[in-house]
This record gives sequence, structure tokens and C-alpha cells, in this order.
Amino acid sequence: MRDTLTGSRIRERRQIAGLRQAELARKVGISASYLNLIEHNRRRIGGKLLVDIAAVLMVEPSLLTQGIEATLISALREAAADAVGQQAEVDALEEFAGRFPGWAGVLAQMHRRVVSLERTVETLSDRLTHDPHLASSVHEVLSTAAAIRSTAAILADTQEIEPEWQDRFHRNLHQDAERLADSSKSLVAYLDDSDSAEDRRGVPLEDVEAFFDASEHHFPEIEDGKTADEVDLAELDSATARTLALSFLKTYTADARAIPLTQIKAAVSVAEPDPAQLAAQFSVDMATILRRLAALPKEYLSRPAGLVMCDASGSVLFTKPVPGFAMPRFGETCPLWPVFQALNRPLVPIRKRVVQLGRAAAVFDCYAYAWPQFVGGYDEGPAYRSVMLIQPVEDVQTDDKAVSRVGPSCRVCPNNSCEARREPSILREGF
Amino acid sequence: MSRRVLLIEDEPNIAEAIRFLLTREGWQVETHADGADALQVIQGASPDLVILDVMLPGKNGMEILRELRTLEDMQGLPVLMLTARGQSRDREMAENAGVSRFMTKPFSNTEMLTAVRDLHAQATQS
Repeated sequence: MRDTLTGSRIRERRQIAGLRQAELARKVGISASYLNLIEHNRRRIGGKLLVDIAAVLMVEPSLLTQGIEATLISALREAAADAVGQQAEVDALEEFAGRFPGWAGVLAQMHRRVVSLERTVETLSDRLTHDPHLASSVHEVLSTAAAIRSTAAILADTQEIEPEWQDRFHRNLHQDAERLADSSKSLVAYLDDSDSAEDRRGVPLEDVEAFFDASEHHFPEIEDGKTADEVDLAELDSATARTLALSFLKTYTADARAIPLTQIKAAVSVAEPDPAQLAAQFSVDMATILRRLAALPKEYLSRPAGLVMCDASGSVLFTKPVPGFAMPRFGETCPLWPVFQALNRPLVPIRKRVVQLGRAAAVFDCYAYAWPQFVGGYDEGPAYRSVMLIQPVEDVQTDDKAVSRVGPSCRVCPNNSCEARREPSILREGF
Repeated sequence: MSRRVLLIEDEPNIAEAIRFLLTREGWQVETHADGADALQVIQGASPDLVILDVMLPGKNGMEILRELRTLEDMQGLPVLMLTARGQSRDREMAENAGVSRFMTKPFSNTEMLTAVRDLHAQATQS
């Protein structure tokens, strides 16, 4: 992207240095009117002149040429898009960031904090509904608080109270205070865990996904010829997690043998990979190529690739996250995802462009395919599984009719008129 | 003849505090801590008022209330429900089940006594 702000930065730095335009122009040997054009970004600047101006202003030339960090611009853009009832001048966004970098930084920081708090609310709300441990902990705390409140009020408000009752209530208060301290500590420890890298520990499948995430879903040792059994699974705590990981690694190994890394690298480096063509090229089925594409080192593909696998019950078996595509923690996902629709049309590759409604409303290309994982025998239907590759799409109109609307999960989906809705969204309650 | 309240609450210290408060108000208080046989206990005790916790071992207070309201002679029995969950949908669920008054923990003693007095007054007037 062409940087259009070097002039604005020169102007800003000149003003900070307390120099008049004419002074700076004279010092670098150009006319004031030419500097004026530069400062208003109407003339490009580079080379010796830029170095000279930077020297006079006593800054590194790169400080003048480097755009405001892309993350800052993108955070401001997001803040503008999320603003309710307030129309920000998006056209002047870069100018705003260039002229007031401090304020722009504050705004971006506040927006990031709002987003992070919204996520916390979402997570806690989901947990209160779905997490029996949390629900019972909260119940324990509130019940103990109720006991303390009633007992303390009796002691404080009752004029004449028999010594026997007084002793009993003092004892109860002491017991409840200890209980409250213990249950509060355990609740805080539980919630604190959720913010750490250990967050997803405890549920075997989530342990396995965290293990795959840590390797970015790519295992060089298997690519080099080792077997799945030789991968070190020591960091997985439970036997169930190790069993699941081994099963996924065996699939990975089979995929890697069917489509060697060097060959797929060559194939995807030529053009934007088309999974169906690649499947034909490597003589593999669609499921294999979709899994394989999601397991490639990220630099092999021009776009990030996420993955979802489910079985015929709709249970999500495995996920590889992709930025912008929300994959709910508890597996209760949107039934409109192509991965589930593929189950209705086994062996038919599905390509669908979707917009995932929600805060970001991002667009993705999804490739889905369902296949019989095994056939039980005579008179027994096959058990199907389905896989979906997800890749983000940029610069697409979300109101494009060719783009299907899907959600993350009903609870956090804003599409209240959706016919496939299972339960009301918490977004209606003002979140 | 004294007024009788049946308190179904598994948290002993809350039960003790409520028992103390209501006894001082002239109520005869019977307590029970298990949800599984709560319905039979209510039927056997024939109280003037029931205070029912939602989270009980054996059976949820909401289910107990629903079953209670199916019994012909229990339609008008005042039931004050106690719960740590005060979300609107819990309140709605309790109302649908036939609750007389819904109170969220932690509550104040005054709030509790006022609710009991009101419910009893309404029941004796009708």
C-alpha cells in the first residue's frame, strides 16, 4: 500500500520542533511552497531530500516514512465499524492517526479493551449456562452469603437474644465465613485459570487441540518419516487425550504419506490451490486434501486455513482455529455451517462462501466434504464424518447474495430471525 | 392455633436463621432438607405456607412445585421460593410452575419476613 502520510508526519515533526515551514525549506534547499505541497501529501518524497529533512528535524528517516502501524489503523477501523449511533469519518482515518497518534492509540486501546471485555462476558455467560462446575460454585458462594447475611442481621438487630442462640449463630457465622473464603478462592482460581495458557486443560479433546495448536498443526517429524507412535505425547495429561491425539496423528500420517510435503508445496506455490483439482492431481479423496491443506506450514498458503471435523451426530470432533471465524468452546455450533450440510450430501464436495455474523462479520471460503468413515456390514448404514476447510476472504461485500449467512452459535448470533435457531441469543439482552 | 411453615432448605445455617426469625414471629417451623420426598412431606405436614429452595438434593425445587400444583388440594398453598439464580428466565420458570413469591439469595431478613407476612395475609383473606 502506498504510504500517503509521510508529508503529514513531516509537518507534525516540524511543528513539534518549533520550525516554520520557510525555515525548514531553506535549510534543506527547497522552496516553502514545495514543502507545503509535500506536507499536504501532494508530492511524494524520498531519497536525499527525505534524509535531509529528517536530519534537520533530528529524527530517523524511517520515522517519517513508516506508516502508522497497520494494527493501529485496523483497530481504528474496527472501532469505527463497531460504533453504535456514531458515524466516524473513516475517510479521514489515516489523517487522524497521523496527526494525533496519541489519541488514536488511546482510542484503539479502549476499543481493544471493550472487545476483550465483551469476549469475557460472552465466555462467562456461556459458562454459567453450560458449565456445571461454575454454576455450582456460584450457587455455593451465594448460598453461603445468604446464610451469613441472615445470621449477621439477627445478631445485629435482635435486642434480646438467648445466650444459647447467640453462641449457635456465632458458630454458624464462623463456619460460613470459612466456607465463603474457601468457595470464593476456588471460584477465583477457576476463573483465573481461564485466562492462562492452561485455560483449555482438563477436557481431553481440548487438551489435544491445544497440543495441535502448539505445533501449529504441523509435525515435521512425521513429514520426515517418523510414525505417529513416535511423536512425544508426554505433555498430554490423560490417557484419553493421548488416545485421541494418537488417532488424529495417525490420520495426519496417512495424509502426509498420500501427499508428500515437497509435492504439495510445489502444487500450491503455482496458484491459489483448488482442493478438487489437487485431490485429482494426487489421486486422493476430498477429505484427505482438505485435512492436508489445513496441516501445511502457514507460509505455504496465501491465506490462513482453519478446519472443522464432525461426525454424523453433528458433534465437533476436531478444530483448527482460523482468525475471525468463531468456533464456540462448547461445541454447540451453527447448524448452517457447510460442514453439517455436507452430511446431507455425502461424497459431494461443497464450496460455499459464508459470512459469519457477529462482531467482525468476516467472510470465508468453506470447502466441505462428508465421507463414510466405515461401513458396518450388511444392512448397516455407513457412519459418516464431515470435514470443512475454512479460509478468510478479504475485500468482499457481506451483502453479496452469493454469500451465505451463518453464525458462530445461537447464543452469540445476532440473526434473531434465523429459522435454524435453537435457543435465544444473549445479544438480545444487550450484550 | 399457631401458624405452621414448612421450610425445605438443605443449607443448615440458612434454615436455622429462618427458623429463628419465624419462630419469633409466632410461626411453628418444621424443616426438611431433601428434595426427593419433599412432596410427601408437604402433603403430610399440611402447612400454612411453604418456603422452598430450588437447588435441593434429590429433586429440584422447581419440579417439586410443578408436581405440587397438580394436586387438587395444593392449588392455594402459598409457596415462597428461594434461589441463588435470579435471572429473568428462572423467575419466569418459577411463575409458570405456580410460585407465589420468588426471592433471590442473598436476601435480607426483613424482605423474608415481609414476604411471609404478605403471603399469609393473602391466603387467609381468600
